[in-house]
Amino acid sequence: MTERVSRRRMLALGATGAGGLLLSGCDKLNGNATFRGLLESAEDAHRGSQRLLGGGMLAPEFAAADMSPNFRANGSRTAADNAEWAAHAASGFAQWKLRVDGLVLRPLDLSLDALKALPQRTQITRHDCVEGWSAIGQWTGPQLSSVLKAAGLLPAARFLVFHCADKFGGAAPYYESIDLMDAFHPQTILAHTMNGGPLAVAHGAPLRLRVERQLGYKQAKFVTRIEARSSLAGLYGGKGGFWEDRADYAWYAGI
Amino acid sequence: MSEPSQPEPVPEPIGEPRGGDRVRRHRLSTRLWHWTNLVAITVMLMSGLMIFNAHPRLYWGPFGANPDHPWLEVTDMGGRGQLRIAGHAFDTTGFMGVATDAHGEVQAQAFPGWMTIPSTYSLADARLWHLAFAWVLAFALLGYLVWSLLNGHVRRDLHITRAEWSPRHIVADVIDHARLRFPTGVAALRYNVLQKLAYCGVLFGLIPLAILTGLTMSPAFNAVAPFLLDLFGGRQSARSLHFLAAMGLVLFVAVHLAMVVLAGPVNEVRSMITGWYRLPKEREGERGHD
Repeated sequence: MTERVSRRRMLALGATGAGGLLLSGCDKLNGNATFRGLLESAEDAHRGSQRLLGGGMLAPEFAAADMSPNFRANGSRTAADNAEWAAHAASGFAQWKLRVDGLVLRPLDLSLDALKALPQRTQITRHDCVEGWSAIGQWTGPQLSSVLKAAGLLPAARFLVFHCADKFGGAAPYYESIDLMDAFHPQTILAHTMNGGPLAVAHGAPLRLRVERQLGYKQAKFVTRIEARSSLAGLYGGKGGFWEDRADYAWYAGI
Repeated sequence: MSEPSQPEPVPEPIGEPRGGDRVRRHRLSTRLWHWTNLVAITVMLMSGLMIFNAHPRLYWGPFGANPDHPWLEVTDMGGRGQLRIAGHAFDTTGFMGVATDAHGEVQAQAFPGWMTIPSTYSLADARLWHLAFAWVLAFALLGYLVWSLLNGHVRRDLHITRAEWSPRHIVADVIDHARLRFPTGVAALRYNVLQKLAYCGVLFGLIPLAILTGLTMSPAFNAVAPFLLDLFGGRQSARSLHFLAAMGLVLFVAVHLAMVVLAGPVNEVRSMITGWYRLPKEREGERGHD
């Protein structure tokens, strides 16, 4: 008897489960805070497992022959509505300076020439948009680690925030953040040169971040300020990036 | 569902079971994996279609974006939905490219909302589902494969023998399937060669291919396993193969469901839930299938 009852119950459960999934159940679950929390915990699993397996391993680098003939520009293609950036753009960024501050010993203001005077890294890497497309391009710039060593990170610093000149869609300013593991990765550079020429406006002139083991929205364009912080809480939406705040994209974008 | 009204027969057959006997057919591990996998595959397919909607173009090679040439594309051509594959265009209005949603509004997206998770456009939410259930899919498969190697399921039930590989045997099985002559009696307890090919194709082919090509799309995982990029021919090739593997799984599910319906859905579904299966009665003048 018990076997028949449990069998019926299992059949009923199975039918309900399948039906619920195929109908509108998914949208309801999608809005359920507990269920979303469970799904979001997978992001920690991605970061944890990829850091465990990947450590400081390098993203694949490509030959010049592999480069995209036409590298798609995405997101903000200009920061012209920012008067300060527009003035710098008009004078070829001759007076432009990158601000490095926050939890550092020595806040810095670095001109493009100062950034170019640091040891440079050139890498041909693949840019992967969260939407699914990819483009391969060549980037040149100082490693972020050189800049951070010059500024002297304080022990409390845990995150680097990249403040940008653009406001995507006229909304809040664009910003992004990474942790120290990515900040000190050898391929994490501040690119002022792309495909052998000065970084074009559409690609974030005069300076953009390259953090090669993550998706495109982490590659902040029009970077004007790097801020070392102990936490991402209290900054804009608190999720560590423009798209993270706005569209709930994952902060860790390694996958 | 009709339940037998007489007391439960204890199916402890002495010797070979016959048509009409109730027998133990699917192990607990097979049943658990089957239903876990059903949920995982369903979520992966539906959320995957939403992710595809974010960039409904597929390419071959290491890169591929709007300026590059796609081999497959779903577009909205001035209010008409169009699927383009290798230069051939198909009008898919109402189904792909352009479709009317549940509220009667015309939506221009590759796959319509009734197929996707969530049902309205959200790349972030689709990725949340897809990348979380990927763990379920991968670890359920891994656990099931390891367990099935240990308990003999692979060797006893899935292994395709030399005799079964013979073209004559395969042709005979294709003919039996085409005539809807399914095995009866004790022969129905064994998978036939087409079943074995389909199940092995999914277990060792399509699902692992989907998982590996999925991992190959991860820029961080590329640093861990760059050889996967070489194996699949670059990230955009991996993305194309990922989509093709998913379509292969859709095809498998369609055939699988059709066979379940033809073979007797109540008996088949019950055996995958409870493990108990009633052997189909032998046809006139024959004993089993072999």
